[in-house]
Amino acid sequence: MSEPILSMTRAVAIGLLTIGIGTHTLAADSDWIMQSMSPDLDDIPSLQRGANLYVNFCLGCHSLEHQRYERTADDLGEIPHELMVANVIHTGQKIGEHIQTAMSKEDAKGWFGAAPPDLTMVTRVRSPEWVYNFLLTFYEDSSRPLGVNNKVFPNVAMPHAMLSLQGIQEEVCIGNRPIDLLDVQTALEQDRVESIKEGGVENCGELSLIPGSGMFSVEEYEQAAFDIANFLHYVGDPTRAEREALGKYVIGFLLVLLVLAYFLNRNYWTDVKKN
Amino acid sequence: MSEVTEKGRWVSRSMQWVDDRIPITATFKQHASEYYAPKNFNVWYAMGALALVVLVIQVLTGIWLTMAYVPTGEGAFASVEYIMRDVDFGYLIRYMHSTGASAFFVVVYLHMFRGFAYGSYRKPRELLWLIGMAIYLVLMAEGFFGYLLPWGNMSYWGAQVIVSLIGAIPYFGPELMEWVRGDFVMSGITLNRFFALHVVALPLMLVGLVFLHIVALHHVGSSNPDGIEIKAKKDENGVPLDGIPFHPYYSTKDFVAIVVFLILFCAVVFYAPEMGGYFIEKPNFEEANPLKTPEHIAPVWYYTPFYAMLRAATFPFLGIDAKFWGLIIMAGAILIPAALPWLDRSKVKSMRYKGWFSKIALMNFVACFLVLGYLGTIPPSPIATATAQIMTIVYFAYFILMPWYTTIEQTKPEPERVSH
Repeated sequence: MSEPILSMTRAVAIGLLTIGIGTHTLAADSDWIMQSMSPDLDDIPSLQRGANLYVNFCLGCHSLEHQRYERTADDLGEIPHELMVANVIHTGQKIGEHIQTAMSKEDAKGWFGAAPPDLTMVTRVRSPEWVYNFLLTFYEDSSRPLGVNNKVFPNVAMPHAMLSLQGIQEEVCIGNRPIDLLDVQTALEQDRVESIKEGGVENCGELSLIPGSGMFSVEEYEQAAFDIANFLHYVGDPTRAEREALGKYVIGFLLVLLVLAYFLNRNYWTDVKKN
Repeated sequence: MSEVTEKGRWVSRSMQWVDDRIPITATFKQHASEYYAPKNFNVWYAMGALALVVLVIQVLTGIWLTMAYVPTGEGAFASVEYIMRDVDFGYLIRYMHSTGASAFFVVVYLHMFRGFAYGSYRKPRELLWLIGMAIYLVLMAEGFFGYLLPWGNMSYWGAQVIVSLIGAIPYFGPELMEWVRGDFVMSGITLNRFFALHVVALPLMLVGLVFLHIVALHHVGSSNPDGIEIKAKKDENGVPLDGIPFHPYYSTKDFVAIVVFLILFCAVVFYAPEMGGYFIEKPNFEEANPLKTPEHIAPVWYYTPFYAMLRAATFPFLGIDAKFWGLIIMAGAILIPAALPWLDRSKVKSMRYKGWFSKIALMNFVACFLVLGYLGTIPPSPIATATAQIMTIVYFAYFILMPWYTTIEQTKPEPERVSH
């Protein structure tokens, strides 16, 4: 097939696929179908657990350099500052300071090839859903330098920081899945039409957890991933709750003003004669 | 009672003292209480007042933003987050400014559409229209320079794409591009000069041009949906029969429009400041990184119709690069509405009395502007590019064929007096 026709087929196939999967979203850099997740900023215990997990498992490498400990303590259910200093700040910083990592950027570059990115606004660049799925989809891959790979961020240059909690996941094939247009296209491109059979194609690349390899149950780990993504959603835009609360009063005032403005205008315009 | 009269006398004496020295009362009369506007304005005529409101919002929030913003490559991104997190109501100031930029273009595009539909550009309002076009150009430049300032990755790469267009100009393009950037790449130097232009030079021009726009408007008088001149029929005192004083009639009417506008504006500011990535794009929450190109670079929505036309030029011509022709097409598309007063040869001004050709042409034009706007937001593909090419031709055809279709079509007779 010629180049434009191929790319058109691909575009149509991707379009149909997107319609087909309905509410699910594809991860931006991969074709992994993400599990949906809606953050909940009213769930203070979740945000607190997320903060706790973040400092223990993420902050070693990833700073939150625009967010301060103090505001975090105040926003997440008014955590007393002494408690925050004693249990959350492990870098010897003061409560009013930004949440920095103890690792220097130069060291990080030497160890990982690139400094781990700051995550203050990761949920605004990607989405809370992306972070949640990222945390769920690390799997064993011996071809990678650190022995693990990730489904939503293929070839990510970091280890699975919460391996001890989640355990080890492997790629497996689970049953058959229905044929889609991409399969047809791939088969045509590779001249393997016989691989398209009735009853679908083999469904590979799914993840399966090795039982007992982690400290948490599947549900507990999913909750932990949710809590971290939820916390990062808060950190991305910490004034959201304040803003949305204030908005009600401002718009309420404007609605009252609108009624007054409408009648004022109508009152004046009674003078204006019709032609 | 006598106290009140005493007080009243004191007020009028003071006013007289001021008026002898600066014509406050006379100016107020000339431009408000005795400025006669047609009484048949509809909602489209509120857009000018709304544009003025947005200008005020942008100037005020802009002043407060500069109080904490750091215009350097090292400090800009962090200072925006500082405003968002540490400055009291900083998030409100910033979101009002970012939403205000989009709101400005919403009302200005609607304001311009009003002109297209009711022939507001026709004699004697040609200069009024040209001043308006100049405002539009300055506004586009203002938006472009301002977009670099948060120093997010889309700011950086968006500006990089547009500035690199200069490099496509034959012969002196590359040198000119370097001169504009002030560096071999987009850098802190570029940021600093864009900052100077955004907060000093262009706002001054904008305010000056808006002043001229109003002076010209009040000299020739406002047009109206019927496209007839109310000054043609006056009473014994020289007041147009179909005119009413701007104040209080339109000041109160515009006030209603302003409150409605503010409700919509606040709904965005408080509940959807990113507007799904159309007002603030996702990659802009990541600091500018010359080594990391965003997956898909798209300008903010208000430039996308022109960006789509820029990308629609795909082949070299006369030995010159396609990119240069894209630049010419884009500039032509932005500038061509300035020729409207001389392209429209119709016997009537308003769409109400024009024929089917004009009506279909305008509907076509609006549809193709919207489609181009959408195409400019998505990554290029063979289908999208082909569509953009057709739409670009339709866009220009609206203007180029106007002298023809406005003269051959059957128009309806204009009324003697405005319909109200």
